[in-house]
Formats: sequence, structure tokens, C-alpha cells
Amino acid sequence: MAQITLSGLAHSYFPYPRGEQDYALKTIDLTWEDGGAYALLGASGCGKTTLLNIISGLRRPSQGQVLFNGQDVTDAPTTARNIAQVFQFPVVYDTMTVRENLAFPLRNRGMDRGYIDARVQAVARMTGLEDRLSRKAQGLTADEKQKISLGRGMVREDVNAILFDEPLTVIDPQMKWELRTQLKALHREFGHTMIYVTHDQTEALTFADKVVLMHEGRVVQLGTPEELFARPAHTFVGYFIGSPGMNLFDASVDGSTAQVGRHRIPLDADYGAQAGRVQIGIRPEFVTLERDGDLPVTLQRVEDVGRHRIVRASLDGMALAAVVPEGVEIPADANSVTFDAGQIGVFVNDWRIAPRGRGAS
Amino acid sequence: MIELQGVSKSITGRVHMQRTDLVLQDGTMNVLLGPTLAGKTTLMRLIAGLDVPTEGRVIDRGQDVTGVRVQDRKVAMVYQQFINYPSMTVFDNIASPLRILGWDRARIEAAVRKTAGMLRLEPLLDRKPLELSGGQQQRCALARALVKEARIVLLDEPLANLDYKLREELRIEIPRIFQESGAIFVYATTEPEEALLLGGNTATLWEGRITQFGPAPQVYRQPVDATTARVYSDPPMNFAAVRKQGSRLVFARGVQAMAGETHERLADGDYLAGFRANHLRMNAHSGVAVRLDCTIGISEITGSETFLHLDHAGDRWVALVHGVHHPAPGSAVPMWLDPAHVYLFEPGGRLAAPAPYAGMA
Amino acid sequence: MQKTQNNRAWFMVLPVFLLVAFSAVLPLMTVVNYAFNDTFGENVFFWVGTDWFQDVLTDDRMWAALKRQLIFSAIILAIEVPLGIAIALCMPKRGIWASLCLVLLALPLLIPWNVVGTIWQLFARIDIGLLGYTLDQLGISYNLGQNATAAWITLIVMDVWHWTSLVILLSYAGLQAIPQAYYQAGRIDQASRWAVFRYIELPKLKGVLLIAVLLRFMDSFMIYTEPFVVTGGGPGSATTFLSIDLVKMALGQFDLGPAAAFSIMYFLVILLVSWAFYTIMVNLDREDVPK
Repeated sequence: MAQITLSGLAHSYFPYPRGEQDYALKTIDLTWEDGGAYALLGASGCGKTTLLNIISGLRRPSQGQVLFNGQDVTDAPTTARNIAQVFQFPVVYDTMTVRENLAFPLRNRGMDRGYIDARVQAVARMTGLEDRLSRKAQGLTADEKQKISLGRGMVREDVNAILFDEPLTVIDPQMKWELRTQLKALHREFGHTMIYVTHDQTEALTFADKVVLMHEGRVVQLGTPEELFARPAHTFVGYFIGSPGMNLFDASVDGSTAQVGRHRIPLDADYGAQAGRVQIGIRPEFVTLERDGDLPVTLQRVEDVGRHRIVRASLDGMALAAVVPEGVEIPADANSVTFDAGQIGVFVNDWRIAPRGRGAS
Repeated sequence: MIELQGVSKSITGRVHMQRTDLVLQDGTMNVLLGPTLAGKTTLMRLIAGLDVPTEGRVIDRGQDVTGVRVQDRKVAMVYQQFINYPSMTVFDNIASPLRILGWDRARIEAAVRKTAGMLRLEPLLDRKPLELSGGQQQRCALARALVKEARIVLLDEPLANLDYKLREELRIEIPRIFQESGAIFVYATTEPEEALLLGGNTATLWEGRITQFGPAPQVYRQPVDATTARVYSDPPMNFAAVRKQGSRLVFARGVQAMAGETHERLADGDYLAGFRANHLRMNAHSGVAVRLDCTIGISEITGSETFLHLDHAGDRWVALVHGVHHPAPGSAVPMWLDPAHVYLFEPGGRLAAPAPYAGMA
Repeated sequence: MQKTQNNRAWFMVLPVFLLVAFSAVLPLMTVVNYAFNDTFGENVFFWVGTDWFQDVLTDDRMWAALKRQLIFSAIILAIEVPLGIAIALCMPKRGIWASLCLVLLALPLLIPWNVVGTIWQLFARIDIGLLGYTLDQLGISYNLGQNATAAWITLIVMDVWHWTSLVILLSYAGLQAIPQAYYQAGRIDQASRWAVFRYIELPKLKGVLLIAVLLRFMDSFMIYTEPFVVTGGGPGSATTFLSIDLVKMALGQFDLGPAAAFSIMYFLVILLVSWAFYTIMVNLDREDVPK
């Protein structure tokens, strides 16, 4: 297992990049602790797959270094890095049995028979494949095949990190739950360094201790799921995390009040006077519908998602979403909303700013 | 209106669709919800006329169309893959079905503009599909399906290959487009949340059989059997064996709860209790909530909420609770359940009594 | 009111049906007719039952031809399939060189069979042929007309030259269809080049190889034009394969009855062997699927 450090890493697909726009990955400095569970989250084209390929050794970065336990592996080939990878579509050796699949990486490394048998048994028990060991891999279901992929990684005791490239794409929702839970349990028990690439916020947040959110080749925030939700560092984080994402409004801020259009909205702290593009953001979970409240809105639509409802409304022509939990009535004559002042974030040129007298949060 | 009368489909002795009766009204959104291989695609192909049923008839507006070729019906289909002509512009892509129909230029121009407007593709009409994002490509495919004003539009997991956030946007857009078009929409998905967001009717499928068909909130809140409840729950529905004795429900370890009003009418005996993850709470949220002592497995944080994986007397449950919680794995937690949210199923799976709280506004 | 399939479609295939009937079924029926009758010309036929079949089955010449034929097909398959796969593996995966290779490989396939025969016939001549002359000058005894081994080797080399491309093209297409992730997984698992071939490439090629083997078997089993042009079945009857023997019998000796019986059995053997091949390969596949 290893601590993975990316130092001054940048990558361009052009041999002679002319400027920042030519870089698929802009400068990244990151350290992933040994034994951590990390997610690389972002939309397609944000650079997360490029980054994964650099870590696995499929691609050499244009600049910077990749360090495993402080050792430079930037030029080391995949085979020398001792990593394991689970792909989007299950990759198994069709003609082999499950047992042979699991034994394959050890056999290739010339381990002795007794050791291989013991490891395969242990891994099969961990991944719940014990009763499948003698079956051909070909006829198994997608989730079982993904377990084999995972097992082939875990069978090596010296594996530095296990990389996951959107591993649940072809899995049905019901099985997703089981696989995800198992993955997390395995991580807790055996403490491999795990890096999980996905565009799905639920998968990223539920899997990872720390999430790296990427946008246009840049890391916009590294934080716990809670931090990403409660204190997004960038408007993109606000939009991308949460379903629906954060409500954002152009505003001007003076001290502890924000002015949105003709409405004054109280803030819970003093932000001074801000220049540049100023926005305030509030998550739909902290918007309350009521009658004759602070901000008059027009209700447009209510979407019933079962455990809660999403109310779509318009505040002077600006779209606004509110989340109402199941069992809470939506007043029949609701015509306004109130924001929970403690949950409002202030963003200048897309980056979140801290109120006066407090450090960056 | 299109009607399936006693339709079934077997291929080389394997039953893909059991005898099915289904009526789809004009101007409705109909979602087929079920896991992979439940028969969603088979059902769509039968409705479209791509497959001829082994038994039964397909009636379109009172006319028997069983065996009539798909080309001779007014049917449009959108697939999981974004299928566009790569060498044509978006405009020509959308216009292509109309050119096949031999419409004149002015009429095509008007129809394409109208559909493009509905799907917000106007600024992109001169681009080629490969220059577009995944979401835009799928919107282009959707426009091609809508432009010829088909009577039936079939969408087979159209959002499955899109990023989570794009999916969210199109999920909001599709019901709006559908309302404007007036066609019969049939939409296949594996995700309960998608079915709820799209609204309209839901047909839940399991092993080649429609288990229930009706308005989405009704199927969600009043499932006719345990299978339907399971298909329409994400996270999975929790189940526990209970014994009804008079006005009490007895859980494992003799824990007693007050039976809800719908439960009281039932004869005493053994039942299967089902309840959804969000109804299992960490506090005694109502006077009649019953305390169930569980052991914590892992917990997953989604930002504002936490999924707790629990073990209760050998039953594996999932709870979705508000806020961020980090209970130590293996520790005991008291969870609370209000019987108002409990469905009772007969041992064979049929619904015996719905949950007393219907949750319908 | 059960309306089933639209029956009009059947009328559309009627012309094709008639064409097939005239070009294939009727001649076949004529052959069947000849196989069970004897004639002294003028369309007078005598029913002879299975006599012709018995004649052919007890004919040593036919058995010798069949043995030669089987050996030839076996050698052809044993060379062309592994060689085809090996070359496909060595070909560049993309870029200008890949296109160039494909065009070059397709060339032999585009040459008509009798031309291939003629090319090799000339190529092998000791007086003016490049190959024959060179070998002769090197002191190697090489004469198609006299040396049976030389004749066999020439025919085999010619067939390999002509048809390996087909195996290569099929294998190449099969290899291109393997997702990159498999190779990546192989690297991560430290699989050797051989293991990658044995456990990733070969299983994924199974489908196209089945087709390649079937095509090459049927074609080589029916080979006629090239050996006829190059060796004429000689020296002696060293390269008289089934089809050449058949033509000799039918046109050379005008034994129409035995030749017709021979044709029918020939046809049945090819059908049987192809079916057996296909079933074995498909069943090999099925064992992997759970019950």
C-alpha cells in the first residue's frame, strides 16, 4: 500500500502547448494518504480519466511527477507500479474459472502453489465468490464479474493502490447497493489505498472519505462529502454536488446583507464590500416555502421523488428549487420563500469567500 | 390508444414476456421500470412492432396491427447510444425522417425549427453531432424522434450513457417536451427515482411480467406485492418478519408495536413487513414509533444525509437519515420506526395491508 | 380475426426462389437421376438402384483421392490458421501502415483461381520460371512433372500464398474488436505475451476463427482449378484430389453414373464435415455457459 503524491503535475495532449487552454490537466499538487478512500469526481471531459491513466502509468504527464511512497514512478511502466484496476466494463478472462482468474496475477509472478491457493481462498471469501470458484467466468453476471476484477487486484498483498474507473456503470441499481457496501467494508477491513473515478455524485460521496472534485482540468475542491455539500469552495461544486444543485443568484454584498434584484437578504456574518462578480448560493434543502415570507416567488412545478418533493419556483424570473421532506405539508397558498441565513454562501468570481474576521473555511 | 391483448413472447422456448395486457392512452407518459432482463426492451419491441408476439394481439386505435411492420406504423425510437448521422449537421439530422417522408422544404424547415426550439437546439443547428456534448447529442436524437410527430415515442434508457448532472437536466426537460407533443411516450429505466421524476404512469417489470401499472405515485406508495415494492425502492426496501396479534405487530426479539389502522383489519398471523429506508429514523419521531435495536455496518455520507447499513436480528436493512453521522461500525444503535409507514405482505408476497400513511398530498 | 404476418412478402422472394430452383435444384436433381439410372443415350434410362454407389465405394482410386484430399486440407489448415493469426498479431494497429498492409494482403484474394494456377505454373517452370530455375540452378531436384513431393509442396505453398490473407483479415478484424481495457488488465496482472495471447486474444478470436476454419476447409476440400492448371493431377495421380478425380471420371471416361453417385457423396461429405465442425465449435462454447 502506498501514499500517492502528485507534484506539479500537468498534462497536455499537444506536443507544444501554447497556453493554458491546451492543457487537459492544469497544474495539480495533491497527496493521497496511504489507506485512504478517495473519489475523483467530475463531468465527462474534466480530466479525471487522464489523471487516472497517469497514475496507472498508461500515460506520461507532460510536466511534474507521480510519487508512490515518496519514490518517483513517473517513468515506471504499469507493471512496475503494482496497482490494480477495475474497469467500467467487467474485464475477466472468459475461458478461465473464477479460481484461475483470481490466481492469474500470482501465477504470473511465479508464486508457489500453496500460497496461491491460500490467497485465492481468502480473497474469494472477502468478495463473496466462494461458491463460484469452479465456474467459468464467462457465464457470470455483471456484478459477479466486477467482483472478480476487484478480487484479482486484492489477491496481491503488495498492491499499492486499487483504481476504479466508473465500476458500477453496467450494474443495476439494486446490485449497486450491494457492491458499493461491500467495497466500503473491504476498504475498512484491509485498508487499501483506493481511488474511485466517477461522474456520479452519489457514488463518489458515499464511497470516499475525501472527494476530489475536478472541473475543466483543475481540482476545484478536495474535501469530505460533508464539506463539499455544506461549504462548496466554488460555484461549480455548489452546482455539481446535490440534486438539485445549489441555487445561485447574482447579488451585491454590503456587510451582512445581500441585495438580489430588489430584495434584501440577511447574511449571518459580515462580508464587507465585494467587487467582481458576486453571487450568493443556498442549497434547496435550506429553502423554506411559506405564506407571505421574505422573498415572493411563483410556484411552477412540484416533483414527487418519494422521500421528498422538489418544488420549482421563480424568483423575479430567476429559477429556484426547494426541497420539502415527505410528511411536511406544502402550504396551499405558499407564495414566498425564506433562506436559512446560516447556510448562505458568498462567491466572488466563482470562488467562495470567508466572512470578515474568520479564516478561510 | 394502443392496447396489448394477451401478448406474450418466447424465443426458442425461453419466455421473454409472459401473457400481458396493457393499455396506453394517448398523450400519456408511461415508464417501464425494472432491472436488466426484466423484459423492458422486449415489451418496447412488441409495442413498436419490431417483434411479432408469439401470442396475442396489438391494437392501435381499434385496429389490429399485430405483425404490421414498424415502417408502416408511426413509431419513433430513441436508444441508450446516441444515434445520429455523423456526417450531417444537426439540422439535417433532424430533417432526415421528414425528407424520407417526402415533405417540401418550407414545411421541413418549419417543423425542424419548432422541434429544435422545444429541445433548445436552435444555436447548434449548423454543427455536426461529434462537436456536441453527450447531452446535446441525445437531444438531437430525441428531436429526430419527435419531429415526424410519431404517435408513439419509445425511449430505451435514453439517459443511461449521460453524466449524472446532464441526466438531471434532461429528466426535467423530457416531461415538458412530452406535454407539448401529445404522443404516447414509453420510457424504459432501471432507476426508481427517474420513474418518479418523469411522472405519468409506471409499469413495474420483473422476470418478464408487469407486476403493476398505474400512476407513478400510486404504484410507489401502494405496491400490490413485495416484488413491486422492491423494484420501486432505491435504496432497497427493508423487510422483516412480523407476527400480528390483535392490535399489535410483534417484531423479532418480541419487540411490540401498535398496529396501524390498515393493519388492524387483518387476521392474526405471520406477515412480511416492508418499509423504506427514509422511514427508519434515529430518534423517536412520533408517539407510536417503535424502537428496534440494530447493529451498525458501514455508513455512507451523501453530504446532507447518511445511509446507515444495519443488521437487525439477521435482517439487513438500510436507513437514510438526515445529517452526517459517523457511528462506529459494529456498535449498537436504536432505530425508530413508525408503523404508519409499514406495508404488510402475505408470506407469498401479495400485499395484505398498505401502509396507513399514504403520503399522498 | 387473427391477422398474422404480411403474406405479400412471399411473392417478392418468388423470383429468387425460381432462380435458385433453375440454377441449383434442377441440376442437382439431374445428378440424382443419373446416380440411380444407367443410360445408353437417347434419353433411355434403366433403374440400377444403388449399383453406382457400390461401384464408387469399392473403387480404390476414389479412396486414394479422398485420402489425398484429407491430407491436403489438414496441411492447409495447419499452416494457414496459425500463420494467419501470427501475421495478424504482428500487423500495425492503426495509421497508414495498417491500411497499406490491408491492401497488400487483399491482393492475392482478388486474383481469379485459374490465374493463380497459371502464375504458379509459370513460376515453377525450370526453364523460364523464377522459382523453378533458381532451385534447379542451386542443384535442388525440382520438377513438378516428375517429382510428387515437389508437386505437393508447390500446391501447398500456392494455396498458403493465395488464402492465408483471408485468415489474416478475419483475425485482424477480431483483434481490433478487443477493448483496450483487456490489454491494460493483462499488464496490471503481469501477464506474459503468451498469456495475453492464450487468455485474452485467442478466446476473443474464437468466433472469427470458427468462420475462417470452416471457409478454408470447405474451399480446400473442393479445390480444383489451381492443381488442375499447375499439375493436372500429376505426376501420375499424386495430386489427383477428389474433384479432379471426379472430372476425370465424368468427362474423361464419360462414366456419368458413377460420377453422379460420386458427386452426391462428395456433397454429403462436405455437408457432414462442415456440420460436425460447426456443432463441435458451438458446443465448446456452450460448456462455458452455466446450466
